[in-house]
Amino acid sequence: MSVLVYTESENGGFKKTAYEVASYAKGVADMMGTTVTAISFNANDAGELGTYGVNKLHNVANSKLEKFNAAAYASAIAQAAKAEGATVVVISSSADSKYLGSLVSVQLEAGYVSNVTALPSSTEPFTVKRTVFTNKAFSNTAITTNVKLVGLSKNAYGLKENATDCAVQEFTPSLNDADFNVTVQSVDKATDKVTIADAEIVVSAGRGLKGPENWGMVEELADVLGAATACSKPVSDLGWRPHSEHVGQTGKPVASNLYIAIGISGAIQHLAGINSSKVKVVINTDPEAPFFKAADYGVVGDAFEVVPALIEKLKAFKAANA
Amino acid sequence: MKILVCISHVPDTTSKINFTDNNTQFDTNGVQFVINPNDEFGLTRAMWFKEKQGASVDVVTVGGAEVEPTLRKALAIGADTAIRVDTPATDGYQVSKQLTAVIKDGGYDLVIAGRESIDYNGGMVPGMVAAMTGASFVNTCISLDVDGTNATAVREIDGGKETVTASLPLVIGGQKGLVEESDLRIPNMRGIMMARKKPLKVVPATDASTETNSVSFEKPEPKGQVTLVDAGDLDKLIDLLHNEAKAI
Repeated sequence: MSVLVYTESENGGFKKTAYEVASYAKGVADMMGTTVTAISFNANDAGELGTYGVNKLHNVANSKLEKFNAAAYASAIAQAAKAEGATVVVISSSADSKYLGSLVSVQLEAGYVSNVTALPSSTEPFTVKRTVFTNKAFSNTAITTNVKLVGLSKNAYGLKENATDCAVQEFTPSLNDADFNVTVQSVDKATDKVTIADAEIVVSAGRGLKGPENWGMVEELADVLGAATACSKPVSDLGWRPHSEHVGQTGKPVASNLYIAIGISGAIQHLAGINSSKVKVVINTDPEAPFFKAADYGVVGDAFEVVPALIEKLKAFKAANA
Repeated sequence: MKILVCISHVPDTTSKINFTDNNTQFDTNGVQFVINPNDEFGLTRAMWFKEKQGASVDVVTVGGAEVEPTLRKALAIGADTAIRVDTPATDGYQVSKQLTAVIKDGGYDLVIAGRESIDYNGGMVPGMVAAMTGASFVNTCISLDVDGTNATAVREIDGGKETVTASLPLVIGGQKGLVEESDLRIPNMRGIMMARKKPLKVVPATDASTETNSVSFEKPEPKGQVTLVDAGDLDKLIDLLHNEAKAI
C-alpha cells in the first residue's frame, strides 16, 4: 500500500505543479499511514521531490517517450501503481494530466475525481471535495473502488515541505504498439513566454481596450510582473488576440495567485473560468461593471491612464524590492 | 464515415446554481438546459464532415425523457439520428459504460465528445470511452481533419498546441477551435420541422455500476466587498497587493 503521484517534468526538470501534487500526495499518505512514490518520465534526477515528502521515484527513461504520449504514459503509470500496490494515485490538472487521467482510471479500474481542492475529508469512505458547475459550487464525492485516482486542482493545496530522502529507481513499463497510435508531428509552443497554465500572475484585457493596437501596455504590465497575458472571449472572437489567450468557460481556466482584469466587464462565463484565482484586481471605467462584485481590489478609471501609471509605479516598486 | 457525437444536457451558463434535498440534489427548478458548449463545437464540426465528406452523424446522450429537447435541437442542427440511453447519468464511469455499448453496437469510426461538460466538469468521458472501446484518443482537440482512415488533429497544450496523427477509430475531446463561435448554427424552422420526423431511438441501459458518488453539495462562502482604490493613488494598490494580499 502506498500513494503514487505522477510528477510532470519538462526537459528533465520537475514543474512546480509536480511539487504541489507531491505535497498533496504526502498529505494523503500521512492520513493513511503510508509513504509516497512518484513516477516521472525522463527526469534528470529526483529534483526537490524529497523536500516535499516523496520517498521513492520510479523514473521511466525511454527516448520514445520524450514527447508526451497520453496512452503510453497512462500505461506506465498504471503499471507502476500495480507494482507498488498503490491504493491512491494523484495527478495534477494540467492539460497532459487531464488527458491521461481517464485512461489510467480505466486501466486500474480506479474511480476518478478531478478538480479536487482539498485533502480527503475522510479516507474510509474516501471522500474528496471538488469544484462543480464551473466553480459555482463544490461537491463532496466519495470514491467507492479499491484504487482511487485524484486529480488535484492547480494552486489548491500549495507547496508543503516534508523533507525526506528520495531514492531513484529506473522503471521499465511494458508498452505495446497500441500505446503509440497517436503520434506527435509537431509542437508549437512559445518558449519565451509565461504560459497561462504555469503563471503565478495573469494580466487579462477585454473589449474596453478598443483595439488590438492597444495591447502594448498589457504586455508591458505582464512583463513587469512576470505574468502571462490573457483576454476575454469577445476579444479572441474579434481576432484581436489569439484563441489560446481566451480565458473563461469555453476557453482556458485560470487558477493563478493574482488575476488582473483590464476593461473586462465580467460576464458570468468569464467569471466562471477565472474564479479559482486567489486575488482578483479589476480596472474598469464603469463602476457598475459586474466584475467589481467578484473582485478583491478595484480601480474605477480609464485603463489608458491607469495602466501606464501602474506600470511606472510597479517598476519603481520592483526596483526598490529587488 | 460513421460519426457519433456525444451530447451532454447541461444548465445554461447563466443558471442560478442551487441544491435541494438537504444539499444532495441539483435544483433544476427554473433552469434552462442547453447542449453543452464543448459538444456543440464538435457537433458543428461533424456537420462539416457530413456536408463535405458524406459522413453520417448520430447523436447520443444518457438520461431520462427530460433530455429529449436537447437531442431534438441536435437533430434540428442536422444530425441524422438521435439515441437516448434511458437511465439517469450518475458518474463519468457509468456514462462511459453506456456510451461504449452504443459505440460497439453502431460501429462508429469517429466519436466526438466535448472536453468537459459545464455542469460537473469532470472531463472524464472522452478518455474513458476511448479506453473502453480501444480507440485512439486526442483530448482538448481544436482542429480535426480526416482522410480515409487517417486523422490529423491539433491539440491544445499548456502554452501552445501540438499536431498529432492517429488512425480511426478515434475518440476526441473537443472544444472551441474545432469550429469558431460564428460557425455555430441556430436551428431554422425547416430544420426544426425535419427534426420532428427524424428517428429518436430510446435504448435500454446496460447494467453499469458507478465508481464515485456525490455525497453532498456546497456553495462557496459569500464574497467580501471589493476594496476600491482611487485611480490617482496606485501606490495604495501596490501596497495592498504586496502587504495585504501578498500577491506581488
